[in-house]
Amino acid sequence: MIESPSSSKKKLILVTAGALFLAALPVAATWSGDVYLISLFTRVIIYALAAVSLDLLIGYGGLISLGHAAFVGIGGYVTGILYVHGFEGEPLLGLFGGTDNALVVWPLAVLVAAGFALVIGSLSLRTSGMHFIMITLAFAQMLYYFAVGLEKYGGDDGLPLYSRNSLPGLDLGDDLQFYYVCLFCLALFLILTSRLVSSRFGLVLRGAAGNMRRILTLGIPGRRYQLVCFMIGGAGAGLAGALLANQTEYVSPTLLHWTVSGELMVMVLLGGLGSLFGPVLGAAVYLLLEEILAMYTEHWMAYLGPILILVVLFAKHGLFGVLTGRED
Amino acid sequence: MILFAEQILNGLQLGITLFLMSAGLTLVFGIMKVINLAHGSFYMIGAYVGATVTAASGSFLAGILAALGAAGISGMVVELIVLRELYQRDHLDQVLATFGLIFFFNELTRIIWGKQPLFMDVPTWLQGNIEIMAGLVYPVYRLFVIGVGCLTALLLWFLFSRTRLGMQIRAGASNRRMVSALGVNIKLLYTLVFGLGTLLAGLAGVMAGPIFAVESGMGESILILTFVVIVIGGIGSVKGAVIGALLVGLVDTLGRAFLPQLFRLFLSSSVADGVGASLASMSIYILMAAVLILRPKGLFPSHD
Amino acid sequence: MKRLMMLVLATAILGLALGASAEPVKIGMITTLSTTAAYLGEDIRDGFQLAVDQEGGRLGGVDVELLVEDDGAKPEKANQIAERYMKKDGVKIMTGIVFSNVAIAVVPKVVRDGVVYLSANAGPSQLAGKGCNENYFSVSYQNDNIDEVVGQYVNDSAHQNVYLIAPNYPAGKDHLAGFKRYFKKEIKAEVYTKLGQSDYAAEIAAIRAAKPDAVFFFLPGGMGVSFIKQYAQAGLNEEIPLYGPAFSFDERLLAAVGPVALGVKNGSQWSHDLDNPANRQFVAAYREKYGRTPTLYASQGYDTARLIGSALKVVNGNLEDLAAFKAALRKADFESVRGNFSFGSNQHPVQDLYIREVVKTDDGNYTNKTIQKVFTNHVDAYAAECKM
Repeated sequence: MIESPSSSKKKLILVTAGALFLAALPVAATWSGDVYLISLFTRVIIYALAAVSLDLLIGYGGLISLGHAAFVGIGGYVTGILYVHGFEGEPLLGLFGGTDNALVVWPLAVLVAAGFALVIGSLSLRTSGMHFIMITLAFAQMLYYFAVGLEKYGGDDGLPLYSRNSLPGLDLGDDLQFYYVCLFCLALFLILTSRLVSSRFGLVLRGAAGNMRRILTLGIPGRRYQLVCFMIGGAGAGLAGALLANQTEYVSPTLLHWTVSGELMVMVLLGGLGSLFGPVLGAAVYLLLEEILAMYTEHWMAYLGPILILVVLFAKHGLFGVLTGRED
Repeated sequence: MILFAEQILNGLQLGITLFLMSAGLTLVFGIMKVINLAHGSFYMIGAYVGATVTAASGSFLAGILAALGAAGISGMVVELIVLRELYQRDHLDQVLATFGLIFFFNELTRIIWGKQPLFMDVPTWLQGNIEIMAGLVYPVYRLFVIGVGCLTALLLWFLFSRTRLGMQIRAGASNRRMVSALGVNIKLLYTLVFGLGTLLAGLAGVMAGPIFAVESGMGESILILTFVVIVIGGIGSVKGAVIGALLVGLVDTLGRAFLPQLFRLFLSSSVADGVGASLASMSIYILMAAVLILRPKGLFPSHD
Repeated sequence: MKRLMMLVLATAILGLALGASAEPVKIGMITTLSTTAAYLGEDIRDGFQLAVDQEGGRLGGVDVELLVEDDGAKPEKANQIAERYMKKDGVKIMTGIVFSNVAIAVVPKVVRDGVVYLSANAGPSQLAGKGCNENYFSVSYQNDNIDEVVGQYVNDSAHQNVYLIAPNYPAGKDHLAGFKRYFKKEIKAEVYTKLGQSDYAAEIAAIRAAKPDAVFFFLPGGMGVSFIKQYAQAGLNEEIPLYGPAFSFDERLLAAVGPVALGVKNGSQWSHDLDNPANRQFVAAYREKYGRTPTLYASQGYDTARLIGSALKVVNGNLEDLAAFKAALRKADFESVRGNFSFGSNQHPVQDLYIREVVKTDDGNYTNKTIQKVFTNHVDAYAAECKM
């Protein structure tokens, strides 16, 4: 985990370059006429947000969750359900009306996802290691089948929205504006999490991941720190879910499927575990690879698979590790 | 009453199919500490090769042998090329690499065998039903699967507790360096264990071929069930795999069979059908979460 | 002077021809070429491609370029592909989606952006009734059609009661609702199973105990393969006849199911043995090109391509006037392999529906034989709800 001065300098350059690239991309795409790139990269940014939130769990909290898609799905469904109730003017649970106001919906999506993370986390954290991987998977699968059977909200058919959420002063239906809103959310979450991991909280978290017993003997309630970490991760994924529901104007149980959890994990590892910025790179590379390979061959999976294996074998700290020259 | 007995039998039978899958996975994890998400791919290889060879040769036994060979050998090749590098690494690297393997194998079967499911039927000598007790008729093939499962469990028990190889394997699991200092070729041993694990997956695949659809991606739906089984049973424990598999098989089958009826007692029938079916789909995950909350290391935690 | 006229004329014709061929009409196909449903997308694509190849790269005399991409049965990915087709490739015509949930995610969005979408498979009720759109055409069917025909057939038969089974998701419930719309006798039980389930021993034991006169099931793909195999292995196929929609009995699935499906009756809007010139020609050409009997998905892909061709011909490849193109599509002026074919008020097919039976061919394979036309010019149940 020790970074040499040259490595941290490289990291700074890389992150700045990445930020500049993402900020300038829509302008360049509009100029060259490739506007579809804007929506492609919106998707990359949203997945990056989900992947960063997972990296917080795995890379810093040592909490290997294979059920992270559940929180993305919850965020998506909060957005979708509120939208539908607002659209049809039918109060939710007979209590309050739905809405498409992003200032209400998105924070609520974050809160509900964090709430679920609190419940799932407090039960799952009784286990550790391989068992933790599996119990998080179990909870995600439960929610998946729950969503599939959720007839009122479309079940497996999913829930189409007829427009994006409204945000005062902005038009989210405009791809360019929506792109920058997503980028803003990602940047905010990255700043928040990188401050978090370098604070005392982050130190305890890493300590607990390395040696829980030592943390406990120091009189620090390590499990509670892990739970908070799990909640923050869930909250980030919930926000990603809300954004994703807006981007595709559609929510469905496929968001919660275990393969999505697996893909998020792949993005984290591909980019570089425990680097926060790495997963952004990982999400971009994974989604672009998928997109580009699929354009050239219907057998794209036969290429994607071996590429992933090669990355594992030859790039120990993911692509971000290779680029920054991170050492053990 | 007859129906209940039949459903119990169905549950046991599903449990034994799951055991065949789980045994290999728990073996690989328990001894080599490797997470293999691609275990389902070897199940698929077993089913595809088994179906092809059975169709070509007309002999189900030849199909089984070919399936075992194909799954075992491809497992050893994967171990040599990919997994051998990953023993010292984090579980996560293993997850990523084996996730990649799933993609690769699924696409490979589509390239080789085409995109449609493959034909495989019960061999004529195992067709038909027999009456086990008055009113309870049961397909012969399913009884055959139960028999094969029990036999496999016995063989595994014998291998581990009665043979020299089994002793070496167990010793290698608890202290790798010591065993290799004693002159045992641990690398070869690991390759063999991994091959044995994938061979068992191939056996499960070829046994499932006549009952289930043989199609690309068939491994993933059962893979998750298998993980549930070994986590409930306790990772690395063959005994745990047996108990976990039977438990999952029974809970799943009985849930599907009786939950909707149960809900009909106090809900309108259309609501009961929906709620019952949804809950039945979730039942095994609820079981797993409950077991882990009460016993965080599963029912039979292995020694570590 | 005369020669000059000829020259001018020739140049004009040449110019027209060049003008027409310079910019091929792009057709964007989003379909499923991976996952367990991969062969459905493959057949839709191959059927469509056959129509294009038969005209030497044209449809209705207009050069076309077919773009095909795999959606992996994921709604979100299909959305991404649609976005690129629209914004990068300038595609105005799309088709190919296999699954209803993918269609529900993609279609409302693309038709709002002025794309004409022609469904070559999925026909969800949401897009047939209130959610209909003048840019959306279903060339295949409305999902329920294929169940309605079986419902009517079983209702007319001697069976007094039926046991229903489908996966626990909206499409499962829709398909059973379609059956029940025309089956008016007793429903013995209605059972919903887990999506993607492969072991049906529990359900089959319950069927045996319930002793219904007949069983109707909707279990698409591998689920159906597993169910039919296990149903026959339990010996129930000889006691209680099985009925289902065509989805579990296409020729490629039959190759995987084999003898256990023998004698099962299923409903469809098309069969390879329908006796009309367009169909005979199509089946022969498809077998010749791909070496297998076309499935209903292939027939839908082929019909979709030919329908597009008929409309492209009318507007001469000019999609600037989309209203004219749509008006031409609505006329459905093409030789459908189904024989009778026209569009109803919601731009879904008005067509004949058949009951087929699985039989063994002389060379030992299994195929469908049409045994009865049940509905003539059948209109779907949602057309009245569509305000267009």
